[in-house]
Amino acid sequence: MERNMEEEFPVIQIIDKEGRYVDGTYKNEISQELVQRFYRQLVCMRTFDQKAINLQRQGRLGTYPGFEGQEAAQVGSALALEEDDWMFPTYRDHAASITFGRSYNILSSWNGRIEGNLPPEGKNIVPPSVPIATQLPLATGVAMANKYKGSNQAVIVYFGDGATSEGDFHEGLNFASVYQAPVVFFNQNNRYAISVPVWKQMNSETIAQKSLAYDIPGRRIDGNDVLAVYFETKKALEQARNGGGPTLIEAVTWRYGAHTTADDPTKYRNQKEENEKHRQNDPILRLELFMKAYGYWDENWKDRIKDEIKKEIDNAVKGLESMPPPDINDIYDYMFEKPTWTIEQQKQEYINHWRGEMKC
Amino acid sequence: MLTKIKTNKLTPIQAITDGLRTMLKEREEVIVLGEDVGVNGGVFRATDGLQEEFGESRVFDTPLSEAGIIGTSIGMAMNGMLPVAEIQFLGFIYPAYEQIMTHATRMRYRTKGRFTVPMVIRAPYGAGVRAPEIHSDSMEALFTHMPGIKVVCPSNPYDAKGLLISAIEDPDPVLFLEPLKLYRAFRDEVPEEKYKVELGKGKLIQEGEDVTIIAWGAMIPVAMQAAKQAEEKGITCDVIDLRTLYPIDKDIIAKSMQKTGRTVIVHEAPATGGLGNDIISIINDTSFLYMKSPIERVTGADVHVPFWALEEHNIPTPARVMDAIHKVIDF
Ligand SMILES: Cc1ncc(C[n+]2csc(CCOP(=O)(O)OP(=O)(O)O)c2C)c(N)n1
Ligand SMILES: [Mg+2]
Repeated sequence: MERNMEEEFPVIQIIDKEGRYVDGTYKNEISQELVQRFYRQLVCMRTFDQKAINLQRQGRLGTYPGFEGQEAAQVGSALALEEDDWMFPTYRDHAASITFGRSYNILSSWNGRIEGNLPPEGKNIVPPSVPIATQLPLATGVAMANKYKGSNQAVIVYFGDGATSEGDFHEGLNFASVYQAPVVFFNQNNRYAISVPVWKQMNSETIAQKSLAYDIPGRRIDGNDVLAVYFETKKALEQARNGGGPTLIEAVTWRYGAHTTADDPTKYRNQKEENEKHRQNDPILRLELFMKAYGYWDENWKDRIKDEIKKEIDNAVKGLESMPPPDINDIYDYMFEKPTWTIEQQKQEYINHWRGEMKC
Repeated sequence: MLTKIKTNKLTPIQAITDGLRTMLKEREEVIVLGEDVGVNGGVFRATDGLQEEFGESRVFDTPLSEAGIIGTSIGMAMNGMLPVAEIQFLGFIYPAYEQIMTHATRMRYRTKGRFTVPMVIRAPYGAGVRAPEIHSDSMEALFTHMPGIKVVCPSNPYDAKGLLISAIEDPDPVLFLEPLKLYRAFRDEVPEEKYKVELGKGKLIQEGEDVTIIAWGAMIPVAMQAAKQAEEKGITCDVIDLRTLYPIDKDIIAKSMQKTGRTVIVHEAPATGGLGNDIISIINDTSFLYMKSPIERVTGADVHVPFWALEEHNIPTPARVMDAIHKVIDF
């Protein structure tokens, strides 16, 4: 019998495109405060992203990978974490990273600043992973250590649809399954890996179904429904914490923009047509409709937070642009705890040369 | 009457596209595969228009998997095809390292030639374009150290096309490194027809008397600028563009070295285990008694390519090469 994976892994929603409940399971947990928190963070992250794109266009930021359209997947999943959980984001997951506690200075990595990799003291947020899928086995390893130590911390690891093609995807999931490691594999299926659409990336209908091979739970959720993302991720994290092992979550979403500011999406898809369609399914619009339909909306509040957010982001840019110059010592001093003699010698030689050039 | 060869003024990356097109036309066993090489024409546009021209069975996007790209290319090469695989950046080749090291480089040896791997791996490499982490690696010596694969690195459009064609027609695996910093840096005349630049042969691109500068790829403009600055101070240089990194053209090195007696080697990659050391050993073996000074290396430090706000501090500059020239002269 032919199996239909789209039926076996139906897209989980709590609210539909029109902002109406389709699943009331969590109704009692949904409060004004929670919904406003979601909304504020979604708007804040979109403002951040648009600002970054503008800065890049003005030559004030290097190549930057935007995430507009994916805010709900990132914000909803990050808000589901406990403070001391671990996060392994990719380069596209600044909304998740910032929501979980990274400062806006994360942006400075796109200006070639290593400072942009550093989480606040005590936060287990690993720098964005650039080599695709390599972070999955790492996340599994962190989770294995948590289990070994009897710690209650869970791990979330982000990756894209394209990442499922790398061997590291299999290795990360298989180890997690074998050792029942407390890790949530959070896939954002934005349906493109640069120019390659997901239907060319794989011959399977869903990403969630790949969980079957590891005999772990798989969930396919509407990644633009912040409530579904939040509650499903929370459930998976709880399960991991309680010894239930890993979960694979596929959040179906869409990036409106280019892969990065160096990419031209019109080369491989009809941007206008596609985005007109996908704007109907916008994560922020959907939450707004929901808030209006169920009495959570307050126009004055919205105006107020928009002002606040604008100030916050403007300040972030000021921070970015008033960073002290980079420190040459950073090139050499963190290769080892104690530099080897070769590095020491190379550093000395270079710095002498450089001082000579600078005449200082 | 001489028939005039028709040429076009191309950038290095256009010359690569031209080389691919030439071979796709000439041999139907040639296929081009990799991430985003199809509709998108490659993230740098090296395969621009090729899918349109030759169809999806000849030029195609693969899943995002370097081990998959190289592993299947090895299989296809064993079975009569001539795959030209693109790795998006050299820094992303590491997942494929195993396939290259354990299969591509060994198949001929372990079957006494019964199975062979006539494939080409193309990869942009190098720093200096303000790229994000890992996009700027130039770890060529990881591959020159591997027995069983040739490594090629052109610095200009003419060599790029000619070496690429030689690489595709070579019966063994070839890693073809493309200095991404030079992709669109300048144009040069490139013959429209098929021609080859022989693998394993360097080129003397400037002649002098006092110092031999050896470089390749993106370091060629750096070496040339330094040579020019030296000339203003009355020091003239031979500049060798190595072009093939394995096997190295030892004759061109020996000949120049025996004339000048002084050598400066320039590469971006870390000093330790770098190709500079192999060049020193060639000089040691061929020209020991001609040495007038110790050989100088101008290289990256034993560190990763710095985040780009600091990357220029780790890339050899004409000024650093000049320091080295003074050192060998003043010894
Ligand atoms: C190992 C590796 N190969 C290639 C690349 C180049 N690259 C950067 S992003 C990307 C596509 C990733 O697609 P996906 O996993 O769907 O994530 P998305 O960018 O859509 O968030 C590619 C091929 C890389 N970063 N790492
Ligand atoms: Mg994707």
